[in-house]
Amino acid sequence: MAFLEVTDLAKSYGARDVLSGVNFTMEEGEFVSIVGASASGKTTFLKIVSGLVPATRGQVTMGGAAVTDFSPQAAIVFQNYSLLPWLSALENVRLAVEAAFPQYSRTQQNEQSEKYLKMVGLGGAISKKPSQLSGGMRQRVAIARAFAVEPRVMFLDEPFGALDALTRATLQQELARMCSQAARPVTALMITNNVDEAILLSDRILALGRGPAASLSPAVPVNLAKPRAADLLMHDDQAIRIRNRLAEFLTAGAESRKSLSRAAASALSKTVPLEA
Amino acid sequence: MKKRLGNFALALVGVALVGALWAITSATIAPDLPSPLKTWEESKIYVMQPWEKRGEMDQGILRMASYSLWRVAKGFLLAILIGTPLGFILGASNLFYKMFDPTIQVLRPISPLAWLPLGLILFRQSEPAALFTIALCSMWPTVINTMQGVRAIPQDYHNVAKVLRLSPWRRLTKIWIPATLPFMFSGYRLSLGLAWLVIVAAEMLTGTPGVGGFLWQEYNSLIYSHILLCILTIGIVGFALDRLMGVAEARLRAA
Repeated sequence: MAFLEVTDLAKSYGARDVLSGVNFTMEEGEFVSIVGASASGKTTFLKIVSGLVPATRGQVTMGGAAVTDFSPQAAIVFQNYSLLPWLSALENVRLAVEAAFPQYSRTQQNEQSEKYLKMVGLGGAISKKPSQLSGGMRQRVAIARAFAVEPRVMFLDEPFGALDALTRATLQQELARMCSQAARPVTALMITNNVDEAILLSDRILALGRGPAASLSPAVPVNLAKPRAADLLMHDDQAIRIRNRLAEFLTAGAESRKSLSRAAASALSKTVPLEA
Repeated sequence: MKKRLGNFALALVGVALVGALWAITSATIAPDLPSPLKTWEESKIYVMQPWEKRGEMDQGILRMASYSLWRVAKGFLLAILIGTPLGFILGASNLFYKMFDPTIQVLRPISPLAWLPLGLILFRQSEPAALFTIALCSMWPTVINTMQGVRAIPQDYHNVAKVLRLSPWRRLTKIWIPATLPFMFSGYRLSLGLAWLVIVAAEMLTGTPGVGGFLWQEYNSLIYSHILLCILTIGIVGFALDRLMGVAEARLRAA
């Protein structure tokens, strides 16, 4: 049995079907990304899998047990940082550490929080309030907060979506480094609208089709050695194949809606070899 | 600095104009209204010896004001001690909100003059009746603002609480209270203003020493200039209280 299993998941808000017939599995130690256009139901999917929002139909299990609430073994990084503005960077991280490690002494909790803030390069800014930090630095605090509880699984909801391209690239490398430095292999499920970001970080990528009633594409494995360099991926053959294949999944729904002929779509796919 | 000085000068001009209007009115159409000069002549002793106590109802104006302030402080404290938790409960629970909001909307516009006799019946003494009235009348802005503050907590913060699995106590102290604090303080400021409005009515009806009690007594003794003295004192103290709360509120927002 896989570590994380999603079976025949569906979610509707009233009469609107957001997700339908979603099946998904993930092993421990895997980094999996789900790419999809905005408003395709990606975030809804992640919220259901992590236990923040209940599904309308279907089941999610983690480690064999049904997911009904946000798991104590999980951590999540939100797109909009979600730091508490009245707490300093250290206090924000420590709030998570305190809840995750109640058995630690106050000193140990402080050390644990500082260790992870240093790891994301914020050793000198631990007493700053979020309003005194840039967007990139805020997201670093959020990443430190997620790693500091030493989660068994990490959920990333468009973690870099609100950042400028340059900061985004730096933080992607930072996240890759954090994952490789962690005490045990990090199991991570990332939601993103950026295919390159997914290729850079993931072992496997799935595309979420266009809504309404979106479902997942077959998985595309990424067998590139880590660490990966973003600039090399631009020209790597395998990366290009993966990118094309995902682009095809992502645009398939849109094209059929525009009632373009299927022939045109398949002609497009013949120009690029499909086997990743 | 120069701009502030200019604003201050303009405010003084405004005061002078209203004073002139007062003087003209008392000299022409309202002979019963003491002129500013007469008011000052007859009130001088109360202002120049502000802490003097010559008798139960014959005391310096600051001494009188301090009795009123002390009474307001107690009533206001009672109001926020009851109003804040009540606001939290109403903001957090839709059930409670639906259950009690209509009742609150009915109770809110009731005048202190209507509550006071009930307080006198219930407590049989003027002091607790006054506190009861002040608390009951000034509580509502605190309740309503706190409630709206709780309802306005962004979903993000609720998600953080859920994801970090904070205990109910930590949820309250680390998220709910800090997120609601600015709203709570706006409520406190309005409540304090109301409490000061109510004090005059409460003292007039119960005849207790204080600015309001003094005002009523001097009306009955036909010393009209002292009524004006009391009115001015009430206004100035109320203005000072509001400014103080404003400063506290600004500090809080800056923090």
